[in-house]
Amino acid sequence: MKGLIGKKIGMTRQWDDSGRSVPVTVIEAGPCVVTQVKTTASDGYDAVQLGFGKAKPKNTPLPVQGHCRKAGVDALRVLTEFPTEGVSGLKLGDRVDVSCLQGVEMVDVTGTTKGRGFAGTIKRWNFHRGPAGHGSKNIREPGSIGMHTKPGRTVKGKKLPGHYGAKRETKKNLTVVRIDAERNLLLVKGSVPGSKNGIVFIRPSR
Amino acid sequence: MVSSRNAVEALRSDGMKQDLPDFRIGDTVVLNVRIQEGNKTRVQAFEGVVIARQGSGIEQSVTVRKISSGVAVERVFPLHSPSLESLVLRKSGRVRRAKLFYLRGKTGRQARIREKSGS
Repeated sequence: MKGLIGKKIGMTRQWDDSGRSVPVTVIEAGPCVVTQVKTTASDGYDAVQLGFGKAKPKNTPLPVQGHCRKAGVDALRVLTEFPTEGVSGLKLGDRVDVSCLQGVEMVDVTGTTKGRGFAGTIKRWNFHRGPAGHGSKNIREPGSIGMHTKPGRTVKGKKLPGHYGAKRETKKNLTVVRIDAERNLLLVKGSVPGSKNGIVFIRPSR
Repeated sequence: MVSSRNAVEALRSDGMKQDLPDFRIGDTVVLNVRIQEGNKTRVQAFEGVVIARQGSGIEQSVTVRKISSGVAVERVFPLHSPSLESLVLRKSGRVRRAKLFYLRGKTGRQARIREKSGS
């Protein structure tokens, strides 16, 4: 089983062998607890459910608390399933840490992007803005959104202002720069969706 | 769980150089830079005035300006890069601001930086 739940910590830089600077995102990856093992016999498919992060028991629903207690932990912030090929050999209550990604070159990282609220077309769709001077009144306006009588409507999928961000997104094929098993840190090249302290899911790239 | 702040701080200090001299804006320094030519590496010196320092920790960099045969050259060096072999302090300058971008518009006597007295 290769996959982890982690927390984005922030970005910094590292140096590669030729002395070039590599921008990296630091992820506190695991340790995760196996909270459930699904098998073809019992569930129709093979998977492992992992849990990560401390949660206050008073803020956790009782059924979740009970589910976590089976794995020998009080309450967890996130629970997610990771598919496994065949039987993984992991048991309920086992701990999975970042060393399970040893040897993996590239990973996909899923997170929730930063919420931008109701955003205009410039921020949301990278539109250009209009002229700021000479009596211009269309500085951040979206411009024309369609034709005249024919077709007489705005085409579907037209890029317009609206809610932007706070959406689950996956960044694929991020190079693993370093794995620090001692401090449970995973360093991947480039950026990762979401804000600091945001929960991210890490899977090896296909 | 490790405090996330500590984790990044520790990572940042991991590859940091400890042997950098204490230099300030306005100082004249010599930077010995490793450069790759084909499959050989050699060290090239770049001497100039530090006109800016940006960033902190392992991300810190300096902007160094020099006049090379009549042409002004400015280069930005990441301080903790392994390709920067060493940094030697040549002269301490007396300046009153943190960024010396005003030097860009000046030549000759006006572009001079007074040396720090007593150093």
